[in-house]
Amino acid sequence: MGNQADRSAGEAAPAKNGALITTSGLVKQFPTGGYLFTALNGINLLIDRGEFTGLVGPSGSGKTTLLNIIGALDYPSSGSAVVLGSDTKHLNHKQSARLRNHHIGFIFQTYNLLPVYTVYENVEFPLLLLGMEADRRRRAVTQALEWVGLTDRAQQRPAQLSGGESQRVAVARAMVKKPEIVLADEPTANLDAENSHNILRMMVELNTELETTFIFATHDEKVIRYLRRRITLRDGRVVEDREMEPDYTT
Amino acid sequence: MIVKLAFRNLMGAGLRTWLNVIVLSLAFVMIIWVKGMLEGMNNYARTAKIDSEVGGGQFWHRSYDPYDMLTYEESHGVPPPALSRLVERGEAAAVLLTPASIYPDGRLQSVVLKGIDPGQKIVNLPASFLAVETPGAIPGMIGNMMAHQTKLEIGDYVTARWRDVHGTFDATDIRIVQIMRTTQPTIDQGQIWVPLARLQEMMRAPGEASYLVLAKGAETIPEGIEGWIHRNPEYLLQEISDMIQMKSVSMNIIYSLLLLLGLLAIFDTQVLSIWRRRKEIGTFMALGMERGKVIRLFTFEGALHGIFALLVGAIYGIPVLAWTLRRGLSMPEITDNIGFAIPETLYPSYGGQLVIGTTILVFITVTIVSFLPATKIAKLKPTDALRGKQS
Repeated sequence: MGNQADRSAGEAAPAKNGALITTSGLVKQFPTGGYLFTALNGINLLIDRGEFTGLVGPSGSGKTTLLNIIGALDYPSSGSAVVLGSDTKHLNHKQSARLRNHHIGFIFQTYNLLPVYTVYENVEFPLLLLGMEADRRRRAVTQALEWVGLTDRAQQRPAQLSGGESQRVAVARAMVKKPEIVLADEPTANLDAENSHNILRMMVELNTELETTFIFATHDEKVIRYLRRRITLRDGRVVEDREMEPDYTT
Repeated sequence: MIVKLAFRNLMGAGLRTWLNVIVLSLAFVMIIWVKGMLEGMNNYARTAKIDSEVGGGQFWHRSYDPYDMLTYEESHGVPPPALSRLVERGEAAAVLLTPASIYPDGRLQSVVLKGIDPGQKIVNLPASFLAVETPGAIPGMIGNMMAHQTKLEIGDYVTARWRDVHGTFDATDIRIVQIMRTTQPTIDQGQIWVPLARLQEMMRAPGEASYLVLAKGAETIPEGIEGWIHRNPEYLLQEISDMIQMKSVSMNIIYSLLLLLGLLAIFDTQVLSIWRRRKEIGTFMALGMERGKVIRLFTFEGALHGIFALLVGAIYGIPVLAWTLRRGLSMPEITDNIGFAIPETLYPSYGGQLVIGTTILVFITVTIVSFLPATKIAKLKPTDALRGKQS
């Protein structure tokens, strides 16, 4: 995997271009059957602009929980997660929604496309939430569809697309507003090898071109090969955080 | 955006949407139809009663109580000059009542003899038929319901027995000279109309009356008439209003049930929709849609059922309602005993207020019913929603 600069577990990585995301002593507990299950236990991280980072670990290690907290979809039980200068713990529902709407794109394992909308309309949706005017919206959607190579499928509905195409639409939807951060939760879990590599290559290009920070929650080797930084979680703790040389060969 | 999305979601739901819409539209059209019928019935009953009985109001002898036949013998007198002048000028018609017994086919039947001037033009009664000579008998006119009950026909004689003002019983024959076709039971059932002068003579009560009916639109109502009480049309029509009100309560229950059925279908759809679409709700939230907006979206989706129901209802309802408006609805004979005038063909009355009021009622109730399940979204955690879990 090439050059790997190891960091001790739990120690925050130094900022290069200015940290977009900082977590300090982040703890997340869930009440489960009369006791508190600790999903994240003292996570300290710094994630910079333009990173292509993966949260790696087995099921139940806390990857998705951490991704959700970074995406302001959930709140820490203690500690803090500061995203783009906002401590997510202190954001109300409206402010969290605003943060996600303006700055964060999501890609899900199951694509989560809106079934009654066409491809074009699915990609357009975040821009409608932003209240962008029609002309700019049209240009942005067309560009996003070009990035993912789905211009000719713009009027199709999600049910008419393959898994790979659906995930490309999800990528276009996440990227259309050119967010600072894209959070991808197991984006290739439902895709075959070829589609996975296509999607990942596309993400790398967008990361390079737009300097968007990509954070993955994954345990898929295909994804891990593309990462430039790998944060390994186990039982809610960071056990390894190291930079890597990505391997783009299929 | 919410409108467009709600519209698409609803269209996407296909048959389920249209079933809800059809049930709701049925409730919508039924409410207008039933209320229109009641309004038409009310209008007809009031108009018929005004035309044939109430006129522009009445002056009652102080003892007259229309609901107590036993007082009829005592409740008459000579109208004071202020009222007599109205009668002379043709602005009022005097009516004298007395209880009597008749013996059609040898059976005893209690009736009220009502004396009215055959030349009067105040109430819509064919009183002019009473202006005939019937040697050895008094000319009498009955309504079709009374004729049906007593089996009396034109030309028949029936013996009537009554008491005069001194309490002396007397009897004579009445010859039926006319059977008037009326739907107004209060001038028909148990009544025989005779010439006023003859009844005054029979009762030995010259110039007396039980009540006077004023001409419709009478402008000058004499005031402070001693011994006589003025009853305005609203007072005299109160009974009808109360009866219509009573009938409308039972009708209200019927269409409320229908509306409830429609609302229940929408409530059910909303609950199911929120349950099934948790993942979609989570996606909306993840994409940055505020929770309030998601609630608004689902509420609007439900409310759109109401709008569609109004449109669908209009498509088939307008022709149906217009047809009933033009052709009316034939009423069964059983309605003769309903207590107020029911026409043979009832024409509904669909006022703007009724249509707009019903539209607003349907829209508001549907919106409320749609909003209530949508409030569950406020408690839904985005992370749970994305996993399709209920918070």
